[in-house]
Amino acid sequence: MKVRIRHQRREVQVEGVRTVGELLDRLQLNPETVLVVRGTELLTRDARVADEDEIEIRPVVSGG
Amino acid sequence: MRCTKCKGTAQVEVRRHHTAFCGPHFLEWFEAQVDRAVRRERMFTPQDRVLVAVSGGKDSLVLWDVLLRLGYQATGLHLNLGIGGYSQESQEKCEAFARDRGAELLVVDIPAEYGVGVEGLAQLTGRVACSACGLSKRYLFNRVAVDRGFDVVATAHNLDDEAAVLLGNLIAGNVDALVRQTPVLESTHPGLARKVKPLYRIAERETAAYAVLRGIDYVLDECPNSAGARSLLLKEALNLLERDAPGTKQSLYWNFLEKVRPLLRTASEPVALRSCVHCGQPTTAEVCAFCRMTERVARKLQSRVAVSAARREPVAASSGGGGGPA
Repeated sequence: MKVRIRHQRREVQVEGVRTVGELLDRLQLNPETVLVVRGTELLTRDARVADEDEIEIRPVVSGG
Repeated sequence: MRCTKCKGTAQVEVRRHHTAFCGPHFLEWFEAQVDRAVRRERMFTPQDRVLVAVSGGKDSLVLWDVLLRLGYQATGLHLNLGIGGYSQESQEKCEAFARDRGAELLVVDIPAEYGVGVEGLAQLTGRVACSACGLSKRYLFNRVAVDRGFDVVATAHNLDDEAAVLLGNLIAGNVDALVRQTPVLESTHPGLARKVKPLYRIAERETAAYAVLRGIDYVLDECPNSAGARSLLLKEALNLLERDAPGTKQSLYWNFLEKVRPLLRTASEPVALRSCVHCGQPTTAEVCAFCRMTERVARKLQSRVAVSAARREPVAASSGGGGGPA
């Protein structure tokens, strides 16, 4: 699947993960610090994802 | 994962409450949490005029959106900090938000008012950018609120912000700051606006989820000056704890408010405030820190103009006289 990681300004191709939790593990992202979006839908950790999906990962941590 | 309320597909999990919601029920829960905070802490009523500090980021636009939906009289105040494209985009997001909702937005353009943006204010006075920025925000939010007769200033500090600040203040042993860390800061001077934080019960991840589900268009990029900020390091540490022990941030902050802060209130002497002799705003000194900063900047800018004019003089004379400088 195509994964756009907004705060790292990069796009990666990830194959063979079945859930959002597995995807975040693969990308070594803390689930507390991001939202996972497919289209206009937010996905919870157990949501199923497929190789043909386009996923956006949005940061939630801000401040300085 | 299923929505706790309707058993539909959940879109947002709130682990610290052992619950999850579909989109519509999350929005309903979120707005109820904010309204509960406003009522429980007696922040303001529908009759009060609320000045909402809006940066163009997710938290402040979400706060403004929720207060308008709940029927509060909420006017936005945006400060253009003069940080290049970042500030331009931030102001545009605030203006678009206000236009779409028919809401009132006030804007203070710092470079237009004071000659330079917050980075220039910092550079010309030997401060770091975040210090000049924080001082400008505290001063201008208060000044606009008092001058225009608002009852209260609302900022969008959320649970994560408060937990990180608390951790930082505990590490530094900053008792005065700990005493002032509360969702409602009462006015202690006629020129000091009441300040409230209606999102103090809401996690940062939840404000981001609300923004996405409501389609709020906010600035995703961080302020270029925030890279490496200590607050981000503290948040990262707390989020590592939260990942393995959900509810850590909430327990830290809420236990502090309920059990620790009441014990500290007697440990700090109330600060005597008087009016700045230049601007009339509350201060502990004769001239307030903001006036000292901006007056120093004005003097430096004037001397630069004088030096620049002096350097240009021979050129100007030569162009008038038809010959080059000797």
